[in-house]
Amino acid sequence: MPHIEETYDVAVVGAGHAGCEAALAAARMGLETILFTVSVDSIAMMPCNPNVGGSSKGHLVREIDALGGEMGKNIDKTYIQSKMLNESKGPAVHSLRAQADKAEYSRAMRMTLEQTPRLTIKQAEVSELLEENQIVTGIKTCSGGIYHTKAVILCTGVYLKARCIYGNVSYPTGPNGLQAANYLTESLLRLGISVRRFKTGTPARIDKKSIDFTKMTEQKGDERIVPFSFTNTEADIWREQVSCWLTYTNETTHEIIRNNIDRSPLFSGAIEGTGPRYCPSIEDKVMKFPDKERHQVFIEPEGEYTSEMYVGGMSSSLPEDVQYAMYRSVPGLENAKIVRNAYAIEYDCIDATQLKPTLEFKAYSGLFAAGQFNGSSGYEEAAAQGLLAGINAARKILGKEPVLLDRSQAYIGVLIDDLVTKETQEPYRMMTSRAEYRLLLRQDNADLRLTEIGYEIGLIDEDRYQKFVQKREAIQGELQRLKATVLGANRQVQEFLEQAGSTPLKTAATLAELIRRPELNYEMLAALDPERPKVSPEVVEQININLKYEGYIIRQEQQVAHFKKLEKKQIPQDIDYDQIGNLRKEARQKLKAIRPTSVGQASRISGVSPADISVLLIYLGK
Amino acid sequence: MYQKDTIAAIATGMSNGGIGIIRISGQEALDVAERVFYPKGAGKSIRELPGYSALFGEIRDGKTVVDEAVCLVMLAPNSYTTENVVELQCHGGIVLLQKVLELVLRSGARAAEPGEFTKRAFLGGRIDITQAEAVMDLISAKNELAVRSSVGQLKGNLSRQIKDLRSMLLQALAYIESALDDPENYSLDGYSGQLQMQTERAVEQIDKLLQTAEEGKMIREGIRTVILGKPNVGKSSLLNQMLGEERAIVTEVAGTTRDTLEEAATIQGIPLTIIDTAGIHDTVDIVEKIGVDKAKNSIRNADLILYVVDGARPLDKDDEQIMSLLNQQKVIIIINKIDQAQVVDKLWITNQISAPVVELSAKTGEGIHALKKCLTDMFFHGTLSVNDQVYITNLRHKQALTEARESLTRVLEGIQQKMPEDFLTIDLTAAYEQLGYMLGEALGDDLADAIFSKFCMGK
Repeated sequence: MPHIEETYDVAVVGAGHAGCEAALAAARMGLETILFTVSVDSIAMMPCNPNVGGSSKGHLVREIDALGGEMGKNIDKTYIQSKMLNESKGPAVHSLRAQADKAEYSRAMRMTLEQTPRLTIKQAEVSELLEENQIVTGIKTCSGGIYHTKAVILCTGVYLKARCIYGNVSYPTGPNGLQAANYLTESLLRLGISVRRFKTGTPARIDKKSIDFTKMTEQKGDERIVPFSFTNTEADIWREQVSCWLTYTNETTHEIIRNNIDRSPLFSGAIEGTGPRYCPSIEDKVMKFPDKERHQVFIEPEGEYTSEMYVGGMSSSLPEDVQYAMYRSVPGLENAKIVRNAYAIEYDCIDATQLKPTLEFKAYSGLFAAGQFNGSSGYEEAAAQGLLAGINAARKILGKEPVLLDRSQAYIGVLIDDLVTKETQEPYRMMTSRAEYRLLLRQDNADLRLTEIGYEIGLIDEDRYQKFVQKREAIQGELQRLKATVLGANRQVQEFLEQAGSTPLKTAATLAELIRRPELNYEMLAALDPERPKVSPEVVEQININLKYEGYIIRQEQQVAHFKKLEKKQIPQDIDYDQIGNLRKEARQKLKAIRPTSVGQASRISGVSPADISVLLIYLGK
Repeated sequence: MYQKDTIAAIATGMSNGGIGIIRISGQEALDVAERVFYPKGAGKSIRELPGYSALFGEIRDGKTVVDEAVCLVMLAPNSYTTENVVELQCHGGIVLLQKVLELVLRSGARAAEPGEFTKRAFLGGRIDITQAEAVMDLISAKNELAVRSSVGQLKGNLSRQIKDLRSMLLQALAYIESALDDPENYSLDGYSGQLQMQTERAVEQIDKLLQTAEEGKMIREGIRTVILGKPNVGKSSLLNQMLGEERAIVTEVAGTTRDTLEEAATIQGIPLTIIDTAGIHDTVDIVEKIGVDKAKNSIRNADLILYVVDGARPLDKDDEQIMSLLNQQKVIIIINKIDQAQVVDKLWITNQISAPVVELSAKTGEGIHALKKCLTDMFFHGTLSVNDQVYITNLRHKQALTEARESLTRVLEGIQQKMPEDFLTIDLTAAYEQLGYMLGEALGDDLADAIFSKFCMGK
């Protein structure tokens, strides 16, 4: 049959948050890239919550930015409210979150893609992967088009055999009624890739005009705006902000849910996919936490030019009539008009233990995967994987070593390591508690951790890199100066300390020692420090954090040093675990299935004990 | 897990009398030793010692002198483990050695895992492949044993207390993490007061546990190996040969060993607790009678029996009596004194008991190697396994408790200094892991599970 036939370096399947980053990275690294989507209008769509960032996800976005990804820049262009969460806590858990104008976010990302050289956008459903001898050679579309490529990156999100459900209503579509991708799963299965089914959900959207905001608490943005991208300053992106609103469920809401729980497809068994525990539907919350008298409900704008409001905290798959009753029992929503119903969505995805830490399939050279397809959840998690998959696919074609971030370098490293090592039983969400070295992996130092790498990859330009180097040098220089500058216990110093509510000096002390005092900081000591060079607020922030938490930071660095030793011990690809007689059976099975690349990774597989690791080490030492 | 930190253990037997050695190995072995060992004579320092030389001095805990000791330094890579090794040769005695070891552990070393010195020796390239196989067997066997016995030891009340402590810590961690993850839903305002109270209570509880550990009985380590035989067939000489030093009192008078002696030894990486018994024979001497009864008793608890006969003397009724006691045990028959004219009928013995026979001279050492080989063969072929009654020393438990306590103290300091809660979690997690170590449990997904089951998360 006649069909079109084209050749590219890289094909990216899916133009969500993972696909966009993957395609941009590959094209920017010099490769001819084609990006497939079932609908060009849905590029970088946010089908669930209208925000980017939040606890630990904000870290991911800043890391994406430091590596030269797009998400941070795009949200800076299109945010309508900005908040730094956890400001009263330690710097490691400060987390940036922005409300996005969804339509603008999507439009701005699409514009960036369109303006990127070597990047082609194509609306088509990919139906088949082409391969020869375990090496990917391209893809085929539903219309029979064949695209020859050196690498394929699967970023199919929630679209594979998607099914949207509420009550007894079930549509075979992706989010927002978009066309599902129904053919690719079969192709994957034919290649021996195992597929499983996950589930997630989203709440209703309600017409703003039907909401009584006087019964809710206003949630304003921060006065000080911190950009996501290290390339932006507050002045660059400042704008008037839009508010969100807080209200609560009550006993009536809960009663409505309990009385109708048998009509929920989740409880009746109509939904078979595994859902996330951290993002439960409102019916889950009510049934699992019967003691909780109320649950928070956040009313968030979907954008500046729409009257749709997102009902955060109340995702559901209950029937339409129950949804109306339950939403209307919430103060302020008594007369709510539902624009879009809440629904649950089921989709095919993979167990990412089939992937290497590079996000390439172990079994297929040139086949990469990222995003919800890998069993993760969240825009930021998807974008982070997309970026790394794009980078590694490009580097493979360019004949360069892959870029691997470890758990001590980045949240992205934790994310990918967890995905490819642990058999996640539910959609995986990032959390700061998953990062064992989180004190070092702060959102404020993502640039210091990763810009160098982004520059080496070629996604950070010279100008940005030079600015970064200056910042790094300013921090180092100033830290050294502060540690070397000694103040005597003279009257000026003592008076200053007394005024600042600090104890007077007994002997001479360095400026660094004074900054370490809880009641003092770098800015306050300006009067005692006339020699001080002019430094930016970002440099000041690093100085304060580095000095004030030095003890903890040093301890964490020691832990990292331990961790790195096992991480560096590589396991040969062709290792035969059956030859190692002393492994326990369970460990042997797990090691054979996951085939870790380093002893460090092996040690994190559940079911592999420290004794098994000792045995492995000794075997490798032979 | 393989870490290049500095480890320490008692390298010699845990018995009273003789010389006891604490072995310290690792990069910081000298630093650790310097913190506890003070050479006699002005200006002397173990740093200035060339490899394989020694200094005399005192072990001190602060200003208190604990013992006099010889400090032997072996510098990397010319030591057994290929790391810096310091051996503190003390006066021995269980209590004293334990004290010195604890002091060393407090001064920067970690208690060695079973087989860890050997493991390091291998990883450092000191032992060859065949030996490495044995070490691998050993590590897996011992680790399994360690888990079994540490859990075994923690039956009942103690185990429950540790579990309660851990569940308290996990609860606290889960709450803090929930609040960090979902700050708009869970607040930490005023939480540090509650955490302080809980932590203080936990510290008190650990202190009590540590006290009981202090009073707790000595727990032996290794395969219980009983040396059995009539008086004066050379049992004590054999023990000495195996230990490589004069330990038991050896005389030519029958019945010199009037009590059972216990020694810990490592034969080719296999840990043994060797029990030297009084010779079994019909006796009227009351003191000796007690010894004989004890010997019979120890047969019952033995993992392995080394039955020694005198090759230069004919077998008699006493031998028959002993052989009748050996119906269910793993036995190695040792025909001793091959340096003298042999009269014993080997065949007759093996007809009575089916067991391997080793001929040796405990006096000259001839044949000892064959015995060691026989031992390792039995162990690694699974003929010989470790009695469930055998315990891993509780010193590791004690160290885990001590470290958990230290971590909790840091939590309290953090609260005092008004550190944000996410800093407190670092030490809370460390304490949780230390206590988990006692139960053979790691952190794993406990935390995520606790967060999701206890707290309603997510928008």
